[in-house]
Amino acid sequence: MSELIIQLSQWLLTLTQGAEPWDSYARYLPRLMDGVWVTLQLVVVSGIVGFLMAIPIALMRISKSPWLWIFPYCYIFFFRGTPLLVQIFLIYYGLSQFESLRNLGWIWTDVLSQPYWCAIIAFSLNTSAYIAELFRGAILAVPKGEVEAAQSLGISRRKQYQHIILPRAFGIILPAYGNEVILMLKGSALASTITLLDLMGATRGAIARTYMSLEFFLLAGLLYLLLTAVLIGFFRLLENWYNAHQHAINMSLEKVDPQLRDKHLEDNVR
Amino acid sequence: MDLHGFGHLLLAGTWITLKLAFTSLFFGLILGLIGAAAKLSPIRALRWIATTYTTLIRGIPELLLVLIIYFGTTEILLRLFDKYIEISAFAAGVTALSIAFGAYATEVFRSALQEIPKGQRESAMAMGLNRWQTFTRILMPQLWRIAIPGLGNLFLVLLKDTALVSVIGLDDLMRQAYVAAGFTKLPFTFYLAAAFIYLLLTIIFMQAIRFMEIRANRPWQGAR
Repeated sequence: MSELIIQLSQWLLTLTQGAEPWDSYARYLPRLMDGVWVTLQLVVVSGIVGFLMAIPIALMRISKSPWLWIFPYCYIFFFRGTPLLVQIFLIYYGLSQFESLRNLGWIWTDVLSQPYWCAIIAFSLNTSAYIAELFRGAILAVPKGEVEAAQSLGISRRKQYQHIILPRAFGIILPAYGNEVILMLKGSALASTITLLDLMGATRGAIARTYMSLEFFLLAGLLYLLLTAVLIGFFRLLENWYNAHQHAINMSLEKVDPQLRDKHLEDNVR
Repeated sequence: MDLHGFGHLLLAGTWITLKLAFTSLFFGLILGLIGAAAKLSPIRALRWIATTYTTLIRGIPELLLVLIIYFGTTEILLRLFDKYIEISAFAAGVTALSIAFGAYATEVFRSALQEIPKGQRESAMAMGLNRWQTFTRILMPQLWRIAIPGLGNLFLVLLKDTALVSVIGLDDLMRQAYVAAGFTKLPFTFYLAAAFIYLLLTIIFMQAIRFMEIRANRPWQGAR
């Protein structure tokens, strides 16, 4: 892939014949594409890790026992109430304050002092707080009738969550989850502040060498827009696939049996 | 928490953060209202401009926007006047944050405007009010009530986004924490202190927004 991009860059250079800013664009294309790749890694890894972390946090959050919900409540409040930049700095610069962490061996040298992993940790923690809050709302929004039906069938609470409530909640949060991932994409630009060469970092590197700030910032903006468009398209496909049952119901609910309708589905019909 | 005498710096930074947030809120609201009016306008070109504006701004990172405004403006000025004119970080921050806030506020105002029943606009027309009067006397007062929850959330996001302006060297809360952390070699302490100040501000404004929501809904509470 990178071979291909380098060849493409060479070929573009012969086309531009020194005309700016196209010549610099062609010259820095491989580095910018490396940046795009890093940005995508940050978004996808933290999107998945954050999602997996969000489920237990949300389950604890909806518990009625104060011992269980107080921790996720504070966690969500902290990560949603402070700027992402503070969280990244807290992890990347802040952790070095603790002598005991610095003596941890490979955990320190290979993970906690590396900007890449620090960015992933910060983004995962941040996005998990937002997704947990979405999940909490979605679990409470699962139609009561479905839970009651499961109870009357004698399905255990654990299985209810596993097979009915969580899959259903996932379908409900899917559009909002897509939004959250796009916000994460935009937030990932902050990784450049801790020296990471993501798309933003690669752009700033190119500007430092060429002094063409406006041209490269606009190019970066265009690339971010493209990434956003790709993510939007991906989530639209995912939603069409995962929530296909709702689309079918949209058309023929009236004909099936009016008694089956509950509040949630009625909103969809409207 | 021992702040080693840097507490007053953090407070000075907090003050700048607040000034930045409220100035951007002011201009952002104006941009949002203009954007919503353009989106609902019968003129196609205006609708197109507003849609392009919101799509573009919502698709690029706020950090990039801040950097484009700060470095881009000086470069444009350099090319226009052949002279290096530096614009202040505060002005660049306000511009970037207002533009970002305005794009999201456009959507909030648009959906709020659409929620006001059509009959109200028609009766205003029947009473002989012109478009401007209809907007300022009939629609605007109701707009706030519907828009406050959405705008409140946007303001909390804006408050956190002000931290981005520290990247271009504005002495806001984030930057003061950075300076203090560099001086004392206690980064965790100072970033945590900054985080708590941001949290405190968030709590205060959340309460304020709740209060405004209750106030705006007063006419409906008695009826229940």
